[in-house]
Amino acid sequence: MSLNALFKAGLLALGMMTLVACESTENVTDAGATTTETVAPAETGPTAAELEEQRLAELRKNHVVYFEFDKTDILPQDEEILRAHGAYLAEKSNVKVLIEGHCDERGTPEYNIALGERRANSVVNYLKGLGVSDAQLSVVSYGEEKPVDPSSNEAAWSKNRRAVLVY
Amino acid sequence: MLKRLLVVAAMATGLWSATAGAALDIYITEGLAGARPVAIAPFKNLGAYKPPFPVEQVVADDLRRSGKFRPLDLAEMPQQPYLAEQVNYSLWNAKGVEAVVIGTVNSSDGTNFTVTWTLLDILSAKTSTTLKDGQLTETRTKFLAEGTRVVAAKQFRQYCHLISDKVYERLTGERGAFLTRIAYVLVNHGKPNPFQLAVSDYDGFNETPLLRSKEPIMSPDWSPDGKKLAYVSFERGRSEIYIQDLYTAKRTRITNFKGINGAPKFSPDGRKLAMVLSKDGEPDLYVMDLATSALSRVAPSREIDTEPSWAPDGRSLVFSSERGGKPQIYRVELASGSVSRMTFEGEMNLGASISPDGRKLLLVNRTNGQYRIATQDLNSGAIQVLTQTQLDESPSFAPNGSMIMYSTLHNGRQSLALVSTDGRFKAVMPASSGEVRAPAWSPYLY
Repeated sequence: MSLNALFKAGLLALGMMTLVACESTENVTDAGATTTETVAPAETGPTAAELEEQRLAELRKNHVVYFEFDKTDILPQDEEILRAHGAYLAEKSNVKVLIEGHCDERGTPEYNIALGERRANSVVNYLKGLGVSDAQLSVVSYGEEKPVDPSSNEAAWSKNRRAVLVY
Repeated sequence: MLKRLLVVAAMATGLWSATAGAALDIYITEGLAGARPVAIAPFKNLGAYKPPFPVEQVVADDLRRSGKFRPLDLAEMPQQPYLAEQVNYSLWNAKGVEAVVIGTVNSSDGTNFTVTWTLLDILSAKTSTTLKDGQLTETRTKFLAEGTRVVAAKQFRQYCHLISDKVYERLTGERGAFLTRIAYVLVNHGKPNPFQLAVSDYDGFNETPLLRSKEPIMSPDWSPDGKKLAYVSFERGRSEIYIQDLYTAKRTRITNFKGINGAPKFSPDGRKLAMVLSKDGEPDLYVMDLATSALSRVAPSREIDTEPSWAPDGRSLVFSSERGGKPQIYRVELASGSVSRMTFEGEMNLGASISPDGRKLLLVNRTNGQYRIATQDLNSGAIQVLTQTQLDESPSFAPNGSMIMYSTLHNGRQSLALVSTDGRFKAVMPASSGEVRAPAWSPYLY
């Protein structure tokens, strides 16, 4: 493009259209907080379906595991959480779970996408070891893009290095 | 001490639309010892309408940011000429000024402005005695460059950048890169759509939003003709690569493989897109032919490979890899597939790209836990650390290689920052609200 054409057309100053992205994808990270309406009938006791729902609600409350800086191994203190999810998923082969991998803000965004995927895969491999099938498990890495705490300090960073199990 | 150079409110006159002001403000953090003294004299307003911006300030700011020039403050100027015949060369020479820009602005309607400018060579004007027709002739006036144009108010500032480009080119012999744009991602966690892809002039003015989303947007990259952006969007719940035309707003989804779809980079000829996919396990480099969508895998390994970037000749890619342990920069020749390691200094090196002249590697170096922007000379291997800010990442060269835009942590917020490639000039450009990340400098736009 010649310079004259550039200024004549005003292309550099052109008001470009704003696209608003598809809004069908809700943020599902906080799914645990949205499933609390389990009201047991007073006389008959909970039905099987209600018990199932209660169990899933419990799992959703404890659905985050944390990682050390630059590390992707499952920590011993998080194994109990993953065993509970693994037992449930192994039993209910029709239930699927999405595992999100996240990082703190240190390191480049692209490297953190790779690191976050490794963290999510650590959870996948742990669950597969408990008899969960591949078909039940999917993974997304958000890298450093979706911090729980956007502050820049050790406390925030340790909360942000995580994998989240989303049903 | 931070010195605020651009006062947005004072410049946002009625002539400008709401988006015309600077979305990013520039604060200078480091001075210019050793830079060449030049002067941009105040442009004389010959008409009744105030120009949208003071030409002299826009041009002086531009030249200063290259690190190569130290434009004089108004108080230092021995005179304020606006016509060539008013210039007293010995006064400027005594100040050590090597070149002066003078000019005028005129408007009869407040909508269109006539800008006229001249670049005068002070140093060689003094000694420019030439032998002509057997006689020594002393020329006192030396025009290095000049121009005049009628510009609309909306394009006034961009025309000032064009003047900077011409002055810079005449004084350095290398093309100016001030009439360029940057793409970046704004993040504002309080908003219903926290993620926004935007482009602006390189100095943060004339911001145009391109895409707003509830979900993350990453890694914008310009096509070499400056007409398209490739980027990553999570709008459908996982990463996908898109290419968007900036002028028609037409958007095309390029990949949606299982796993990571990331780090898109246009080849220098615009026909291919390098990217990172993890569809076959660990993140690997791929090159896609954009005409056929055919994918070829490049330099595969069982470890993390990411951040591909093209050499200027398009024959090789530099990239980050954990194949040797912690991430370091490697280069792969695309024809032969041969891979060589490029970096050895520091705990890790990431996010590399090669300078437009092919002489330097720009990268993020981590030493003692600090992430800093550095260049590595490709001949000597010498590393120069350019920044001392915090959590520096995503460095991107101006198309002439003279300046680098990157993202950094400033007052607890992620901000853009600018450093001249010689390390002399440093400034931060925080967003007016929220955070800003992933800057990508456009190619030349004319």
